[in-house]
Amino acid sequence: MTFALALHIALAGMMLGLAAWTIAARETFAAVVGFVVYGLFLALVWVRLDAVDVALAEAAIGGGLNGVLLLGAAARLRATETPADAERPRAGLRLLAALLSATVAAALAAAVLQLPEPAPTLAPAAAANAAATGLANPVTNVLMGFRAMDTMLEKVVLLLAVVGVWSLAPDHFWGGRPGARHEADPQGTLAFLARVLTPFGIVVGIYLAWTGASHPGGAFQGATILAAMWLLIMMAGLADAPPTNARRLRLMLIAGPGVFLLVGLGGLAFGEAFLAYPAAYAKPLILAIEAAMVLTLAITLALLVAGPPERGAAP
Amino acid sequence: MALDILTIVAVSAGAFFFLAGTVGLLRFPDTLTRLHALTKADNLGVGLVALGLLPRAGSVSGGLKLICVWLLVLLASATVSQLIAHAARDSGPLS
Amino acid sequence: MSIASVFALCAAAAVGLGLYGLLVSPQPLRKILAFNLLGSGVFVLFGVVARRGAAAGFASDPVPQALVITGIVVAFSATALAVALLLRLFQASGSATLAAHSSARAGRDPTGT
Repeated sequence: MTFALALHIALAGMMLGLAAWTIAARETFAAVVGFVVYGLFLALVWVRLDAVDVALAEAAIGGGLNGVLLLGAAARLRATETPADAERPRAGLRLLAALLSATVAAALAAAVLQLPEPAPTLAPAAAANAAATGLANPVTNVLMGFRAMDTMLEKVVLLLAVVGVWSLAPDHFWGGRPGARHEADPQGTLAFLARVLTPFGIVVGIYLAWTGASHPGGAFQGATILAAMWLLIMMAGLADAPPTNARRLRLMLIAGPGVFLLVGLGGLAFGEAFLAYPAAYAKPLILAIEAAMVLTLAITLALLVAGPPERGAAP
Repeated sequence: MALDILTIVAVSAGAFFFLAGTVGLLRFPDTLTRLHALTKADNLGVGLVALGLLPRAGSVSGGLKLICVWLLVLLASATVSQLIAHAARDSGPLS
Repeated sequence: MSIASVFALCAAAAVGLGLYGLLVSPQPLRKILAFNLLGSGVFVLFGVVARRGAAAGFASDPVPQALVITGIVVAFSATALAVALLLRLFQASGSATLAAHSSARAGRDPTGT
């Protein structure tokens, strides 16, 4: 048992303790806080697994945006705590659920301890074809080059999620502004934070998206930071949420998947297949797609957190 | 060698301050005193850990990034503790 | 036991805990939390497979990593949609419960219509 192994066992133990706390805590708010901390520990685990891009994505999206979403929901649903507790299943049913969960966990653990040795891997194939796109970060290579179709479809899924969230507006508020009007003191602490942090946040976000071509980072991580800065500005009351029927907003939302689709069809027309990048133009095309993606992603992620329209479009 | 000792001493001192802050969080009676213990001790802890990691940064830009991280954490924790304190004061003496 | 196996066992336990929370919690928001826990366990299993596939100068196989990044974003969007549905249910019916006939009515959402 080396020291490093002991440290990792301690990290895994703390994570499981937090997961158990999330399930067992009495108050939902406390459970959500535990979940956010769990997300941050998970980012550490990703670093130990040598997946730094995933660690950045987990810390930003899984810990940050997810946390904001769930904390807001827990605060609004605080009144439903006690009535819902009366619907707790009986002890017998809980025991059955515990047995089922334990069986699933044990089956997974057994499968994981018997993974084939030597491990099958696509790393050599990814390394051999890295010259096709000219990017140095292998994960970005896979996301924007080898599995670009998945990334494009993911953009469409995000668009569908935004449409789904917007469709939950009451009929008379369709096209209105999401969320309540945040009235924060314009001289207060939150407004101060929004004014001071946002320029740094924008620089860091664009840097993360730009440097994803050669270092850990990427469009998703950078776009999340930009979305967080926009949310901060909205929450501090420095700018109101845009009306969801604004044409510019809708154009920016479809810019990402639109550019991706255009490049893909261009590959079909001028190249060998859908989404085939011609060898000379691979890097500029990928950077153009990423720029549109970062814009769309930032707006999409912020709108998903802001929620369905709850006010009219008038300011 | 001296830089290694600096790293070990600074990071250990930072960890000690984090521990002290957590003890304050667990033992103090109400929200405002807990916030006080947390922000004071944790900010000092973060500063010491950042100081200890400076010799291990690969380059000057890496060290500058560490200092930026420290300043951002300072800004965020100070602001958030102010906001929590306002909310705690507004929701009455029982919180 | 290698470091990757430690985290793989941790992930299996997280999947089990998430499944238990999903089945047993009465509040839908706790179910959403447990579902996220379940998903994170599955992602760490992907990460372990990626780590074991280290080869050709990479410390970790990049293909599962890309899949996990996509998964994290899609899981977040699903959570956002689920939370929006839940809040709308609360606004429309005054109670956030999935039971068909429930006497658990908690009053109106303070910010809703």
